[in-house]
Amino acid sequence: MKVCSKTGFPDFPKTESLMKKQPLRTGAVACLLFLAMTACATPQASTPPPPPQESAGDRAETLDSPRVLQPGAPGEPSQSVEVSQLANQAHRPHTPADVEFMQGMIPHHAQALDMAALVEERTQNRDIHLLAKRIEISQRDEIELMGRWLAHRGEDVPGEHAHHMMGDHLMPGMLTEADMAELAAGHDSEFDRLFLEHMIRHHEGAIVMVKALFASPGAGQETDMFTFASHVEADQLIEIRRMKEMLDNRR
Amino acid sequence: MFARVQTFRIPGFYPFALFAAAALLCSPVKVTGQVAAQDTTFVWDASDPRVGLAPGWHDAGSAIKNLELVGKLPRPEGFVDPEFPGAFPFANTDLAFQGDLVFVGNFNGFQVFDISDPEEPKFRVGVVCPGGQGDVSVYGDLLFTSVEEARGRNDCGIEGVQDTVSAERFRGVRIFDISNIEEPKQVALVQTCRGSHTHTLVTSPNDEENVWIYVSGAAGVRSPSELEGCIREGPEEDPNTARFRIEVIRVPLNAPETAAVVTEPRIFSDPETGEIAGLWRGGNHGEGTQGTAVTDHCHDITVFPELGLAAGACSGNGILLDISDPENPTRIEEVSDPNFAYWHSATFSNDGSKVVFTDEWGGGTAPRCRATDPPTWGADAIFELADGELTLAGYYKLPVPQESTENCVAHNGSLVPVPGRDIKAQAWYQGGLSVFDFTDPANPEEIAFFDRGPLDEAQLMLGGYWSTYWFDGYIYGAEIARGLDIFELVASEHLSENEIAAAKLAQYGEFNTQAQTRVTWPAAVPVARSYLDQMGRNQGIDPVRANAVETVLGQIETGGAEGLETQLVELAEALDGDARAIEQAAEKGDARRLRLLATTLREMAGQ
Repeated sequence: MKVCSKTGFPDFPKTESLMKKQPLRTGAVACLLFLAMTACATPQASTPPPPPQESAGDRAETLDSPRVLQPGAPGEPSQSVEVSQLANQAHRPHTPADVEFMQGMIPHHAQALDMAALVEERTQNRDIHLLAKRIEISQRDEIELMGRWLAHRGEDVPGEHAHHMMGDHLMPGMLTEADMAELAAGHDSEFDRLFLEHMIRHHEGAIVMVKALFASPGAGQETDMFTFASHVEADQLIEIRRMKEMLDNRR
Repeated sequence: MFARVQTFRIPGFYPFALFAAAALLCSPVKVTGQVAAQDTTFVWDASDPRVGLAPGWHDAGSAIKNLELVGKLPRPEGFVDPEFPGAFPFANTDLAFQGDLVFVGNFNGFQVFDISDPEEPKFRVGVVCPGGQGDVSVYGDLLFTSVEEARGRNDCGIEGVQDTVSAERFRGVRIFDISNIEEPKQVALVQTCRGSHTHTLVTSPNDEENVWIYVSGAAGVRSPSELEGCIREGPEEDPNTARFRIEVIRVPLNAPETAAVVTEPRIFSDPETGEIAGLWRGGNHGEGTQGTAVTDHCHDITVFPELGLAAGACSGNGILLDISDPENPTRIEEVSDPNFAYWHSATFSNDGSKVVFTDEWGGGTAPRCRATDPPTWGADAIFELADGELTLAGYYKLPVPQESTENCVAHNGSLVPVPGRDIKAQAWYQGGLSVFDFTDPANPEEIAFFDRGPLDEAQLMLGGYWSTYWFDGYIYGAEIARGLDIFELVASEHLSENEIAAAKLAQYGEFNTQAQTRVTWPAAVPVARSYLDQMGRNQGIDPVRANAVETVLGQIETGGAEGLETQLVELAEALDGDARAIEQAAEKGDARRLRLLATTLREMAGQ
């Protein structure tokens, strides 16, 4: 498994994380779980003392009583786990920074589509056409994915041109209206150069957004979020490098 | 194997995967792929029962051929979201085996099942320790797991790590002591810059005191404030970049708690210029070709210590490493393929004469087995290996289309140890399990399959087999959403009872798919009969000679007769003579298997 691109996402509440349970005293069987069982005995101050240390031999006979445990760091004891609550808790609750990233990246990607749409009528150069096609396909897939991620979490899904702003400033790398007009007015080699320069800047902006995401406390913790953001970074870094080469070849 | 009654013509041009135009001609990498005209046509049997299976989680429709599903268990509580089968944080991942136990990796930790009776697997213990992907390997009392996500914690906590720089975060390889299987304990945590997407257990024939772990990190590089030396910038900006390398962990078996990274080999470097980023730099290979990822990490490495070799599936390239010094693997070969998007995993044939590389086009979460997807994309590329050189021979892809609601692409598999043949049992996510023969690498052929319908009718939910591996007589499947499945092969025109019986004679005891060892078989009647069956199929043996061998094998089976050893030796000599005649082009036949049979007969005679 490498990246996330078309997976559905679950609905789940924005809950607080499950706190670790109290340490399990050595050898104690704190959480003997039966397959069909949903409840789990958690050691509490009020519970009776644990049974004496159990030998491996005893355990061999408890084959039908599997247990779920959470090991500690090296040298630390294991802990019991409230298994019935894990399903909710192991989805890391998403943060405002996660939502902002997804909500911001949709119009950010959408602007790349707008730029790519200019290519058809403004240049004959095959490599630019292929680049635009590639950008169009990957970013459309990702816009869909981001929309699904937000919708499943009950968050607003911005329209592709809802806003291009992050707070009161333009999101990193995005073209101003004047930039877009300049690009739209270009033709042939002039257009190619502008397209590459603007798209490099645009992609670099996405990298900035990924860095900002991971620089936000608690963000990027969800499996889905982590894989998607990692993918955006890896993918766009490759494209930036290729575009810089294309640009160099034109100088 | 199937009647080709339906064809779907794919145009030779695939605009959806094109990348920037100009082909990268600066790369030193040998480009081996060829897109022959017939490769662009996806052909399948319209009556294949895998087409149109009903969707469902535990009640999906299924199709099976030449296999029997003998045992299964859903994911236990703690490793599943009952509300959402495709929940990524609970996905099942890779498998490792030891004795009566199978270890099933999961993004949330790992599960241990007792498989002493494979028809009735039992859940033994669950270990909650999140961080994805949860790739597992086992060696004696030690279990290794991979952690790559930012939520991974030293203490296995599920609360994640809130601080962007934290001493509590863990990304790397966890080492567990499993001497008491009821209570696995962490004994060491080896942190790495990109975490561990996968890892490979490495042993050395010359060192019994240590094992090594090759760490493949695919995710982003963490902050140097969290782990010293983690430099995310590329080699142009900083030659000490944490990309473009693997990490090698040495694990002293008598002190596993001291395990640590000992080397960070730059296995992608250009030997002439010394450039760190010496292999594929990302991009397409010309018009109509796939866009291939940059070679700045390996996704997975498969080692074969008896050969002193490793095959690395390294994002943009397939590579071979000399691992005779496990701490200093050295690249000896690299290939590229214009059909490959992402080099994902590798499997050697048992004799080391072939390597099957897989392409995880779309990353495993996308539908890439649709009728419109090219059969050479997201497929296996089968290479012949001789004198350290890889030569492309053919492709294999799941031979039946899947729905757009099914994530599907080539994924993890292992050899099925049938003597005389190269057979692999491979996972295709929601494409199911496909068992295929690649003895003739140019013409791989499916011999058995199992497939379920999509998890969901309307949307693509992550599911299907992450891994399907043979272990001591059975094929085990780690289903991302549906749990553990256990299969037995069923004889057919493609695989005989004798061949299945012979495969079951190869007992591993302990098995990590990415750490291959040479399979050997005892000198037993089913092994000899496997060769006879194979040569019966391809007219590789004179029928009179085959009858003579079978007569002696029958006598052995019924308790023997006088002078059998002499007869066996004489037959072996005759078989060798037949092989020589074939090799000298005087006769037609299967010289390789005649010699294999002769060797088996000699061993049966005690020689």
